[in-house]
Amino acid sequence: MDNDRIDQIIDKHQGKASSLIQVLLEIQSENHWLPKEALERVSEKLQVPLTRIRHITTFYKAFSLVPKGRHEIHICMGTACHIRGATHVLDTVQDLTGIRPGETDMDLKFSLETVNCLGCCALGPVMVVGGKYHGKIAPTEAEEALKNYE
Amino acid sequence: MPRINSPTELEELRKSILSKRDPDRPCIAICAGTSCLALGNDRVIGAFEEEIKKQSLEAKVDIRATGCHGFCEKGPNIVIYPEEICYMEVIPEGVSDIISQTVLGKKVIDRLIYTDPNTGEKAAHQSEIPFYKNQMRHLIGNNTKVDPKSIDDYLALGGYSALSKSLFEMTPEQVLEEIKKANLRGRGGGGFPTGLKWETARNAPGEKKYVIVNAHEGEPGAFMDRALFTGNPHSVLEGLIIGAYAIGSHQGFIYTRHDTPQLRNNIVVALTQAEGYGLLGENILGSGFNFNVEVHLDIGIFVSGESSALMRSIEGKTPEPRPKYIRTAVSGIWEKPSNLNNVETWANVPQIINNGSEWYTSIGTERSKGTKLISLSGNICNTGVVEVPMGTSLREIVYDIGGGIPNGKKLKAIHFGGPLGGSIPASLLDTPLDFDELAKLGAPMGAGGMLVMDEDTNMVDVARFFLNFLTDESCGKCVPCREGIRQMLKILTNITQGKGREGDVALLEELAEVAGNASLCALGRTSSNPLLSTLYYFRDEYEGIKENG
Repeated sequence: MDNDRIDQIIDKHQGKASSLIQVLLEIQSENHWLPKEALERVSEKLQVPLTRIRHITTFYKAFSLVPKGRHEIHICMGTACHIRGATHVLDTVQDLTGIRPGETDMDLKFSLETVNCLGCCALGPVMVVGGKYHGKIAPTEAEEALKNYE
Repeated sequence: MPRINSPTELEELRKSILSKRDPDRPCIAICAGTSCLALGNDRVIGAFEEEIKKQSLEAKVDIRATGCHGFCEKGPNIVIYPEEICYMEVIPEGVSDIISQTVLGKKVIDRLIYTDPNTGEKAAHQSEIPFYKNQMRHLIGNNTKVDPKSIDDYLALGGYSALSKSLFEMTPEQVLEEIKKANLRGRGGGGFPTGLKWETARNAPGEKKYVIVNAHEGEPGAFMDRALFTGNPHSVLEGLIIGAYAIGSHQGFIYTRHDTPQLRNNIVVALTQAEGYGLLGENILGSGFNFNVEVHLDIGIFVSGESSALMRSIEGKTPEPRPKYIRTAVSGIWEKPSNLNNVETWANVPQIINNGSEWYTSIGTERSKGTKLISLSGNICNTGVVEVPMGTSLREIVYDIGGGIPNGKKLKAIHFGGPLGGSIPASLLDTPLDFDELAKLGAPMGAGGMLVMDEDTNMVDVARFFLNFLTDESCGKCVPCREGIRQMLKILTNITQGKGREGDVALLEELAEVAGNASLCALGRTSSNPLLSTLYYFRDEYEGIKENG
């Protein structure tokens, strides 16, 4: 991601220091992760110390300071999904991909995250891969679904 | 978009909108709530658009992508006006039949309507379907009637009349008095009297004051606020503007999560449209009152919903709570008086102003008034968004509305209030939905997430689940919360793995007491609620595991 694009995002928020989190979110959503150079640019432009940016980017697990896989897997571990067996789905996906929540595999194919509630509890357990919802999913179905990704 | 400069002009606009609408014209309201969209409802919407085009019906039939209808279990849901026929589990392949047989042929398709699983009885209208007919849908009921992206739809239902009434027929003091008399209590979890909070902010010294909508909804298992706000954003916005007028604030914030794009878009559209009509911005409706709103997107973590943490986040800092010797209503965002209420609380305001506090207090129990939105989930036949008058018994919610427990299982417990709430056993099923009654039993209502658990549920595991959640979500600022939760989790994990030791339960109770007394914010102070409630009601499960281990 080049500096011009970062500057554009910052300008959209009128360069206000209070919009730090929103600027970071936009960079993350376009670039999928936050490279060090991008953070330095944000620090310089918003006049916010890099330490505070590091504070925020490490506080939220939604920010990633390392590259992400091509397909992001989100498994809902909310209460409704939990009591309907989300743990088994997570176990299966961990075994299959060889990564744990928060990690990305060596081929940059999958990143795995758990989320706390997607708000569609009628469909629990829910797995989302690259924005596509898989509802009422059994561990074996999760395995099948992931085989379709390259 | 013409600017509206007076209450008279508002009523004229409303009349002109209504005069252009034919109440007999067919309209297909398609649910585009979170669950239905996840089920692929966008394909259903696309199929309807295509079919209408194919049959050249554009001038005769309307399509409306709406907010959540509530009955998530049976999604994708549609309602066909003017007959108000409800179809469930609609698939794209069924669309052409619906157009030809129902919309044009006025015939109900039997296989698409609700069938009662117990009696086999069919029901085609909300007024006949048990899930809907046992509710009182004052707030969420309009979701099927409005396109969230159309302010005209909201105006057609009488929208913004409460704002006009407040600005032109009432003083800010009178608005405040009405909310106090209505005894509206905060829907976000605390149940704090809204009128008192508003009064504190109003009387706090300083010219600059802020009002905030808390649309964070970080509680797992809670999805009613986004259903309401996504589906009918103007109802919340109208309440916010009225509150700002009563408090004397000219700047509002909407605090919401970045990961709910649909909600975000609908809010932005609503704000633009309200500004266009002059219902927001300078000199609202020609009254001389100015009010602007900024949207603040954030990352959904649980502690961000705590008022002082939320306000720090709006300032662009990490959401860490501060001790609240001074309430945020006195010193909040940038040390200015800041009044925070959640989505549902704000949405209650217009109807109180329109119908009066007397009407409002006629609904509910002695100390909990009005209706309450509930996210019903877990081991329940009908998962969905439910709205009932306060005082409704939990039994009615679980069996009459929720349809009971699936797979012939028995009910074991009900959990309220998410990770800071508690679980009560099935024997207390006749408890009324009431802030104080539920809090007394150790299961405070919270924001309204109601989790139903069947006989197979292991209650120690439930307590462990919530503590596990909280270790991730604790901001780490204060020791009793950060370390206390971690230690409690460790002991519970040992117990669930059969490695429990003598004295574990006593140690858990001690840790819970310290975390409860010494933590900085409500997250830490109430973190042990699920643990304590399960220890109280299901103690034998803890003892049992220990003996087996």
